[in-house]
Amino acid sequence: MGKWTRRAFITTGVLTGGALVIGVAIRPGNRAGKVKDLIAGEGDTVLNIWLKVNEDNTITVIVPHAEMGQGVHTTLPMMLADEMDADWKTIKMLEAPGNKEYANYAMGKGFLMGPKDIPSILIGTVDGFFLTATKQISLQMTGGSSSVRFTGMFAMRVAGAAARAVLLEAASEEWEVAAEELVVKNSTISHPASNRMAPFASFVVKAANLSQPAKPRLKTSEEFTIMGTSPPRLDIPSKVDGTANFGIDVVLPNMKYATIKASPVFGAKAKSLEASAIKDMPGVHKIVNLEGAIAVIADGYWLAKNALNALPIEFDKSDHDTVGLNDIYDKYLRDMDIAIAEGNEEKDVKKGSIKDIFKEATNVIEAEYRVPYLAHATMEPMNCTALVKEDGCEIWVGSQNPLGFADSIAEVLDMDKENVVVHNQYLGGGFGRRTVPDVAIQAALIAKEVDYPVKLIWSREEDIQQDHYREANVSRFKAALDPKGMITAWNNQFVFKHDPEEAPHIPYGVDNQFIHYTNSETHIPWGYWRSVDSSMHAFFTESFMDELANKANKDPYQFRREHLTNAPRFLKVLDLAAEKSNWGEALPANWGRGISLHQSFGTIVAQVAEIEIVEDRLKVHRVVCAADPGFAFHPDGFNAQMESGIVFGLTAALYGEISIENGAIKQSNFHDYQMLRMEESPKIETYIVTSDNWPGGAGEPSTPCIAPALTNAIFNVSGIRIRELPVKNHELKADSKILG
Amino acid sequence: MKLNINNTIHEVDVDPATPLLWVIREQLGLTGTKFGCGIGQCGACTVQLDGLAIRSCLTPIQAAADKEITTIEGISDQDTGLHALQKAWIEEQVPQCGYCQSGQILSAHALLSKTTSPTDEDIDMAMNGNICRCGTYSRIKSGIKLAAEELRNTSTIKILNNGEVD
Repeated sequence: MGKWTRRAFITTGVLTGGALVIGVAIRPGNRAGKVKDLIAGEGDTVLNIWLKVNEDNTITVIVPHAEMGQGVHTTLPMMLADEMDADWKTIKMLEAPGNKEYANYAMGKGFLMGPKDIPSILIGTVDGFFLTATKQISLQMTGGSSSVRFTGMFAMRVAGAAARAVLLEAASEEWEVAAEELVVKNSTISHPASNRMAPFASFVVKAANLSQPAKPRLKTSEEFTIMGTSPPRLDIPSKVDGTANFGIDVVLPNMKYATIKASPVFGAKAKSLEASAIKDMPGVHKIVNLEGAIAVIADGYWLAKNALNALPIEFDKSDHDTVGLNDIYDKYLRDMDIAIAEGNEEKDVKKGSIKDIFKEATNVIEAEYRVPYLAHATMEPMNCTALVKEDGCEIWVGSQNPLGFADSIAEVLDMDKENVVVHNQYLGGGFGRRTVPDVAIQAALIAKEVDYPVKLIWSREEDIQQDHYREANVSRFKAALDPKGMITAWNNQFVFKHDPEEAPHIPYGVDNQFIHYTNSETHIPWGYWRSVDSSMHAFFTESFMDELANKANKDPYQFRREHLTNAPRFLKVLDLAAEKSNWGEALPANWGRGISLHQSFGTIVAQVAEIEIVEDRLKVHRVVCAADPGFAFHPDGFNAQMESGIVFGLTAALYGEISIENGAIKQSNFHDYQMLRMEESPKIETYIVTSDNWPGGAGEPSTPCIAPALTNAIFNVSGIRIRELPVKNHELKADSKILG
Repeated sequence: MKLNINNTIHEVDVDPATPLLWVIREQLGLTGTKFGCGIGQCGACTVQLDGLAIRSCLTPIQAAADKEITTIEGISDQDTGLHALQKAWIEEQVPQCGYCQSGQILSAHALLSKTTSPTDEDIDMAMNGNICRCGTYSRIKSGIKLAAEELRNTSTIKILNNGEVD
């Protein structure tokens, strides 16, 4: 694993008001004192900014990320507890308060710099810079599969190790023995030579008097006792008995309910409505016109929804009223052509000279792929509860970005950021959707009109039609093969580039590459969608690789292998997927296999899909998933994320289609935006490769590979090459001639 | 109107056309039952009426009067704690975001009350109305099988809600 986290970036141990506080290398200034007031209950001692030791020797770990099913409220405390040699059974988790002091500097640093080795002399400066930077951009974000690989590695482990070091030193002074003679285990420190043993909590006062900076050493993976095991997730018991509180479950005194209809064509304004329109509706209190949307406040959601449906809501005309999906594709293609003609493509990768190769090449292959817009459709529809008073605003919401929400609300309400408090709740699905503060802004603006708290709940229709979408995209390829069937040139053009940076990049050894993109503005709002750009680029690049393999008359797995001679990590993952899926062994009639390989968010994934086409019906029987995340800190949780990401990606590949008609979203609910159900869900097997690399993400990296594994399997059994998703729009038929 | 929810009689004063879901959540504060789609497509709002799994977002309360309504808050056993399904859900570490799981458990509960040894096909059929966006389907299936086994191994005498022995 990366070297530099083993260097201490704990700089100070600080005493304030009788409590021991350790700052985790934060400069300038020391924030430990301020943070203490936010999280310490009576009788508790804040041991450092990421944990507190309670009087009863239990330990509360402060986690700066939202729980949306990815298990982060368990895995991050595990990382801290292991380094601290704490007793896992007594660990409690507390989500960090939505406060500036928790702007997640570790994540900002991870994103902006990657796991680079920073000279120790610069560490204080670098951390100070990132605290300042992350405060300014309010980065308390849960996304980018980043919790473990950045917050865990940069903050949790170091904090745990620092806490252990300070307690050990306190014990050593208290007992007047060398620290080397002490043993730390299960939240106790013992001195075997004198047969003494005491809990962590008994050393807190002594530790508070230490002023020397801690210099924690992080464990090697051989020393882990908690990391790499799979204890039960801490959030699960409340999710089987109905007691888990999601945003939508918040109940406040005197609270009323609201629902809303925004302009179906994004950006159009609502015409004004007479307040008297609701006078005959019992239990309905108020119409609020938010310009782009009309909301109704009532005694309950159903009353508000009925009232909203009954109101004669009209929206102004907009410039986008006639736009359809084909217009958007036409514009993409036009902008792509213009970029090439004018030579102003945005360059992503440029290696060698594709021009020289294409001039001489005799075997040139071209293909164009498309994917549609996609909505998130989290199971919990968008909602937010707000209470606005003259001097401040409180909101209750499930958010992937609580500080960003607070900032947005402060701006629209013209309040100081300090006066906006976000109470983050469990998220009923995130997938990137809950990074966008739109519903929270609406809730605050609605609640501003009344003197009671308002819970705004979107209908499912609103949720589907007012999303921030994974964009539709077009990807064009041109490649050249030499007589031995090796790729000599790779030209790829698409529209837009967001995250992750590596999404359109190929691991294959191709000397001449030109990967480039063009921006092509539309009026459809864009948002992070599980695995973001990789959700489409793996489909594009891995489908095209399959096409090239076919043109080269080679087995798709062997063809990939031959191009991975300088990429041993990728090769290992690919080989494992092939081996576990019995690649090459005969399948029953009408069955097929497809393989894919893609790296995203630091984790390499290969998948093999095993499918059957009966008549025109597709059945996905089995998906074998091999993944190298460096190290899986909670292997069962990692497997669960691989399973989840595959079902999510398979749903999109088979059914996912948001289309645009008359400027608006055509689909509205689960009847026309279909989800994979249990009977269609394949058997999924996950195999983890442990390598010595910086830990990769878990929440997203399995999503990209499934679409190409599936469509490559379809080609394998039918000869039908699917170049546009979703699969449901294609007629399928197995072809017995190509089997064998 | 009177509603019998989890063996407790509640008096509610709302429009009889109001969907049961909103009465359960907003009037009675039983928030374990979730709103997902409002059109009976996702199963997040699943509760039981006289032991049958139904979609409470589409069921007006007038159709639930005089019936026994069971929600996620009512399936655990006062003496032995969690229901076998809930224990199995923890054992298999089923939930991720957890939002759909009340509905999943209520559908599974209705299945196991009729079928003590469900096949894969039985489970698919009973659970097909419940969407899980986190894709926990395979773990749900394992959870149902584990709970079925547990229930088969425990007492065969069932005490009904009204105290009669089945």
